[in-house]
Amino acid sequence: MSLSREQMAEIVARDIPEGAYVNLGIGQPTMVADYLRPDSGVVLHTENGMLGMGRPATGDEIDPDLTNAGKQPVTELPGAAYFHHADSFAMMRGGHLDVCIMGAFQVSARGDLANWSTGAPDAIPAVGGAMDLAIGAKQVFVMMSLFAKDGRPKLVPECTYPLTGRGCVSRVYTDVATFSVGPDGARIIETFGITADELINRVGMPLVSSPFD
Amino acid sequence: MIFSAEEAVSAVRDGDTVLVGGFGMAGMPVELIDALIEHGAGDLTIVSNNAGNGDTGLAALLAAGRVRKVVCSFPRQTDSWVFDGLYRAGQIELEVVPQGNLAERLRAAGAGIGAFFSPTGVGTPLAEGKESRVIDGREYLLEYPIRGDVALIRAHVADRMGNLVYRKTARNFGPVMATAAAVTIAQVARIVDVGQLDPEVIVTPAIYVNRLVQV
Repeated sequence: MSLSREQMAEIVARDIPEGAYVNLGIGQPTMVADYLRPDSGVVLHTENGMLGMGRPATGDEIDPDLTNAGKQPVTELPGAAYFHHADSFAMMRGGHLDVCIMGAFQVSARGDLANWSTGAPDAIPAVGGAMDLAIGAKQVFVMMSLFAKDGRPKLVPECTYPLTGRGCVSRVYTDVATFSVGPDGARIIETFGITADELINRVGMPLVSSPFD
Repeated sequence: MIFSAEEAVSAVRDGDTVLVGGFGMAGMPVELIDALIEHGAGDLTIVSNNAGNGDTGLAALLAAGRVRKVVCSFPRQTDSWVFDGLYRAGQIELEVVPQGNLAERLRAAGAGIGAFFSPTGVGTPLAEGKESRVIDGREYLLEYPIRGDVALIRAHVADRMGNLVYRKTARNFGPVMATAAAVTIAQVARIVDVGQLDPEVIVTPAIYVNRLVQV
């Protein structure tokens, strides 16, 4: 069985070191917060100027001055801190953030990331903080389905979509397998409901199978 | 120091570059923008994180046809229909800047930095035409400051000198934009007497603020 989005989020959460400072991208990565243990000491960063972000706000907690990067209302935890945008991106660019988790259109075996534009001629270009996050965090994890709706793999030898960052991704979490990527290429860490041989066949490029497989 | 919104925004001239605070609607100086629409200045370049949401604030300024160019990180949102329409009709220019570079370019303008090398955007389409340099084995792109003629920001409380404190994530671009414009106009919910704000908690010192508007 391939993994549900919730199961993927749980697996990513498991791999976040205790006490890490973490930025969760907009969309699916936000779900990782639901699976962080309260005693993990993980501190969430949101690029619009906050460390110590809590869960989504509901009812009377909703405050238009307190939102996450997706502009959704959130809460603050004890120990939270606010700062302006230049400081927020300085802490990212300066290598102080341990992990950033983002979605992707494509990731290359080398760790190139494409997640801001499909290059469609009529699309309005919009990058937000993705390029800054991609090169800033110490580790960039990607969460995505391994295959696009048309069946094409999103883990590729070379990205065909415009890049967000070069060689920045270290780990790719998908619904059928988890991979490490980098200068030595893509390596299968774990598979879900598919054998390594089937996976290599469907992805259509060389993948190193971990010795623990 | 204390003005009505109408008097405050009269500093804006046709063709000006106007820095507009806010991340989505958090920190967006809506009343100042409404006054700017009334004021009538046009041919503006707007620097802001987004390109307007819904039909109010920045979106209303765009809809009024006062903006020639938008410099922002993220113009495309589910409720950015005003910008989308103008862009597709070829009626507005767009410069997309990664969010961190946008903040740092504003900071550089306010801090007197001539330009700086940033690693953001290396190897991407946004690197095209930019000077690059390898420093200690890593590639960087040369980025120039973004200076405003006027900044319109929203803070929470000001004292009568113009010292500002913000509220939660509505702080966002306010402090850097305040430093980066020739004239900074801050709208605040409350103005208190000098001495009423704890000097230890002031985020934007009054030296950066020219006009205050209480709304």
